[in-house]
Amino acid sequence: MAEQGIVFTDVSLAFGGHVLFQKLSFSLAPGSCTCLLGPSGCGKSTILKLIAGNPELDFSGTILCAGHGKKAGKTAWMAQQDLLLPWLNVQDNVLLGAKLRGRFNIEKCSKAQQLLEQAGLGRVMQSLPATLSGGMRQRVALLRTLMEEREIILMDEPFSALDALTRFTLQDLSAQLTRGATVLLVTHDPMEALRMANRILVLGGDPVEIQNDIILQGSPPRSVDDAEVVKRYPQLLALLMLEQGPPC
Amino acid sequence: MLKFYRPALLACGLVLLWQFVVWLSGSPPYILPGPLPVVKAIISHFPVLMGHLKTTFIEIVFGLIIGIFLGISSALTMTVLPRLRFWMLPLLVISQAIPVFALAPVLVLWMGYGMASKVAMTVLIIFFPVCSSFYYGMQRISPDLLELARIMNGSRPAVLRYIIIPSALPSFASGVRVAAAVAPIGAIVGEWVGSSSGLGFYMLHANGRMQIDVMFAALAILSFSSLMLYFFIDYSLNRLVFWEATQEVSDAI
Repeated sequence: MAEQGIVFTDVSLAFGGHVLFQKLSFSLAPGSCTCLLGPSGCGKSTILKLIAGNPELDFSGTILCAGHGKKAGKTAWMAQQDLLLPWLNVQDNVLLGAKLRGRFNIEKCSKAQQLLEQAGLGRVMQSLPATLSGGMRQRVALLRTLMEEREIILMDEPFSALDALTRFTLQDLSAQLTRGATVLLVTHDPMEALRMANRILVLGGDPVEIQNDIILQGSPPRSVDDAEVVKRYPQLLALLMLEQGPPC
Repeated sequence: MLKFYRPALLACGLVLLWQFVVWLSGSPPYILPGPLPVVKAIISHFPVLMGHLKTTFIEIVFGLIIGIFLGISSALTMTVLPRLRFWMLPLLVISQAIPVFALAPVLVLWMGYGMASKVAMTVLIIFFPVCSSFYYGMQRISPDLLELARIMNGSRPAVLRYIIIPSALPSFASGVRVAAAVAPIGAIVGEWVGSSSGLGFYMLHANGRMQIDVMFAALAILSFSSLMLYFFIDYSLNRLVFWEATQEVSDAI
């Protein structure tokens, strides 16, 4: 099973003499959503960069994505900033990957239109990103990520800049649309993790290790009053407080 | 409505100020003529002035086209071929360090009294602002966008076309605006050094004959057409970078 998802084996990484990871190992099952939680600066985003194959990170150990060491063409990435190109309209932004690879065709175009309709963006397809609200822009970024049709979707705090209500609806949409893909979501919001994830990894320590590995029951997106969410929330909050250390 | 009247109001204000200075200083017309004699000179010398304007205008426009083309090509070359960059950047700086005015006599000597030397002067003056603004615009692209393009497996030409060049266009546009404002300097200096037509030539010619009102008429025609050219280029550039909402910076401060 682990051959298809993401497998880290003895991964070590140092930044300017400071050891961030020392022989970090874990594996993520395919087709499930895993959330990475932990204090800021604990290397959550760095794990995503490693999986995305960032050439600037010089690590040792092995990282397998969908059974391959080569990461090109395996992952899609969604960041906290929407990274929409202001000179392309919404539809062209969603189709950016296809355009950049020179694989732009009618089928891709109609798929993008279908996704946009599904996400309630049918009316703004031809608009420029500058005319959209923050929530709509992030929805476009989500669709652009989905259009890549990759086995692995990496999300780096994608909803943290949004207001509570918009974040809530986007979490639902994202959980629905990414079903079946291997999703790794970095967040600092325990509620988001509980709603979105099949599994939560809490990171902490120096060098950083997995402090807690929580498998959640039921399938995402969970509602806020879901029994699993209600039961786990105080626990998770306490764990994170512990990782964060005393307030300064 | 004020937006439309403002240029006219400004022009009237400047003309009044001019008249006021003439009146206050009591300058004789052969030192500083008032607006009225200059308008009279424009009317009486209109066909001649237009003939010389045509020469100067062609020099400026050709200089702009060639200079912008060379600036774009050099900036793209330095971006696409990083190894060449280290050789080209010092050359760029050197090209700017030599005072272009000092080159004018040499250019006239080499290229003759015709238009070519004036076009070359203009090109030399505008090449640097265009090239450096476009080049640094492409260098300042957000690393996150490049990372997104890398993860998307984008081909280099496509990344250049869809991401890098458009993101440098606002910066390029400000370089071209500077170029449009300074281009007339190149043409005029070239004409001063040696030519037989053009507004710069005509100004010297009128000065030599103590026709100071005609000299000012040529200056007024030159200023007016340079302004028109600038506004036309500014308008076209705003169309080119249509996504750049003109935000009022003063509102934010």
